[in-house]
Amino acid sequence: MKKTKKLISVLLSLLLVAALLGGCGAPAQKSDEKPADSAAAPAEKSEAKADEASAQKSDEKAADSGEIYIPVISKGFQHQFWQAVKSGAEKAAKDYNVKITFEGPESESMVDKQIEMLEAALSKKPSAICLAALDSKAAIPLLEKAKAANIPVIGFDSGVDSDIPVTTAATNNIAAAALAADKMAELIGGEGEVAVIVHDQTSRTGVDRRDGFVNRIKEKYPNIKIVDIQYGGGDHLKSTDLAKAIIQAHPNLKGFFGANEGSIIGVLNAIKEMKKEGKIVAIGYDSGKQQIDAIKSGLEAGAVTQDPIGIGYKAVEAAVKAIKGEKLEKEIDTGFHWYDKSNIDSDEIKPLLYE
Amino acid sequence: MEDKVIQKNSLFRSDATQKLMAFGGLIVLFIAFSLASPNFFQFDNVVSIVLATCVNGVLALGVTFVIITSGIDLSVGTVMTFSSVMTGVFITFWQLPLALGVIAGVLAGSLCGLINGLTIAKMKIPPFISTLGMMMVTKGLSLVISGTKPIYFNDTPVFRQIAMGSILGSIIPGFDIPNAVLVFAAAAVVASLILTKTVLGRYDFAIGSNEEATRLSGVNVDAWKIAIYTLGGTFSGLAGILMASRLNSAQPALGQGYEMDAIAAVVIGGTSLSGGEGTILGTIIGAFLISVLTNGLRILSVPQEWQTVVTGIIVILAVYADTIRRRKQ
Repeated sequence: MKKTKKLISVLLSLLLVAALLGGCGAPAQKSDEKPADSAAAPAEKSEAKADEASAQKSDEKAADSGEIYIPVISKGFQHQFWQAVKSGAEKAAKDYNVKITFEGPESESMVDKQIEMLEAALSKKPSAICLAALDSKAAIPLLEKAKAANIPVIGFDSGVDSDIPVTTAATNNIAAAALAADKMAELIGGEGEVAVIVHDQTSRTGVDRRDGFVNRIKEKYPNIKIVDIQYGGGDHLKSTDLAKAIIQAHPNLKGFFGANEGSIIGVLNAIKEMKKEGKIVAIGYDSGKQQIDAIKSGLEAGAVTQDPIGIGYKAVEAAVKAIKGEKLEKEIDTGFHWYDKSNIDSDEIKPLLYE
Repeated sequence: MEDKVIQKNSLFRSDATQKLMAFGGLIVLFIAFSLASPNFFQFDNVVSIVLATCVNGVLALGVTFVIITSGIDLSVGTVMTFSSVMTGVFITFWQLPLALGVIAGVLAGSLCGLINGLTIAKMKIPPFISTLGMMMVTKGLSLVISGTKPIYFNDTPVFRQIAMGSILGSIIPGFDIPNAVLVFAAAAVVASLILTKTVLGRYDFAIGSNEEATRLSGVNVDAWKIAIYTLGGTFSGLAGILMASRLNSAQPALGQGYEMDAIAAVVIGGTSLSGGEGTILGTIIGAFLISVLTNGLRILSVPQEWQTVVTGIIVILAVYADTIRRRKQ
């Protein structure tokens, strides 16, 4: 009896919490809509005096915050890669004298969290928004809202399947992963079994890197067989156990491609734990201390690095230009480079790597 | 009093059935995977499976104690991460001696458990809520303390040996079983002794069966609850050491989601979520069942999406078996 009572009280309190959350959510949405409507209506009326109106608007914005405010919403903040992007964004903010905030969800699977962040950022009426979408389709309704409110959206790191972003500052992941495939083919002698661990199957970077690698192998290297593609969520430990199972299942495996930092660290751990050093060619993506050490020691053959600082910098720079009304290219390629033992300390590569 | 004895006996018997079922399931899986792939039943792979079980297994040991009181601990995964980060702080940043750093790291886990216990027993906050709070607090603290960067143990190569060295391999050549497995085995033996041979174990079951009756019979329920949650936190701390040692780094972003695997292992092993019954052996079997399943499905190259579906179905089946058994009583 006591237990059922307890259960009922727990259920009731859960219901209460749900009602509270729902209650809070609904009015917030409503109040979001209203300003958007009222903002759109005068805009239509004063179309003739467009210049004047926009001048007034920017005056208002400047008066509101005293400076240009650009929220930067990334896919994460705890990974080293995002910290490097953040430092690039902060540098641009300093150079152009604008205010930015940098935030992202804890894990790269939290699409919902990121949408909430985007909603919150929009409600602050920013001058522009920089977004690295986790799920390129899920963000579209909110981006349309931004467009209606005349807030320019700048994509970075991965594209959004929409025309709304003014521009996207990103690595061409398909081409970068294809470069990894070419290097893999070269290093294993153009034939044999290869496996791939990717961080996830829904984000644009995950899909592009997987497809870039797989398609290049299929097109150019008919004697290389991709025996398995699995997804480790960027979790080092899970990727390790995953890679071990793949190596166990395919004793003749000659090469392993890890499509982000967490994935390649898993591959390297697996190679070490199964004592396959020197027998499997490991190729990674991005950098990080463990990966840099592994490349220097020869455990890892090499990796493709993006320019994370450049991504952050160019995203904020593009946002500033968009606010000023300058014309921008639809895509800003931030570049990628192959690095291995021979050039890891070179002037060209070293600034791109983060520890 | 007599009633209670009879009830306890019948519970033990039915516990055995559940364990037998889980163990049977484990054997069936093993045979099925061995037939399906020649690469499954090999010494190296079995070692891989056992190694993959260690972290989740140690977490599940702690959760077993908590679930027997009819409580829950959602914070084990992130407390584990918190402990590994603190170990990194102690060893890499403060350069404490290795043994001291490791013990302090485990104690960081105990401390989180202690706070869980205090909020539950003294502030009367339901375990679900207070450990949910602890989950968020430790998750945030790990990121803050580490500065969102992994902490490496490169200056202390011995640290990696805690999990990845092999004392057994140095005694018997070729028998390279990593130390993590020994740590897991030792932790399991200790947990089993505490649960079956000590006062803490006895009150653990008593609180779970009928908290009010236990209190009325003069037992300081609050104190024992605090002790039990502290013990749970200690096991999370130990898991944190194993995890950090295996990755040779404290990864501040990991940890969330691990509590669900641990709870699943406990439930599959026949520990009832309504409290009052459960065994360590069952939990260990449950933890192995999960990792055998994951490893086997991976070796067969089953897509990951389906691996999760299968694990989910097994958890539901295990709990269903438990309910049927109860109804028969």
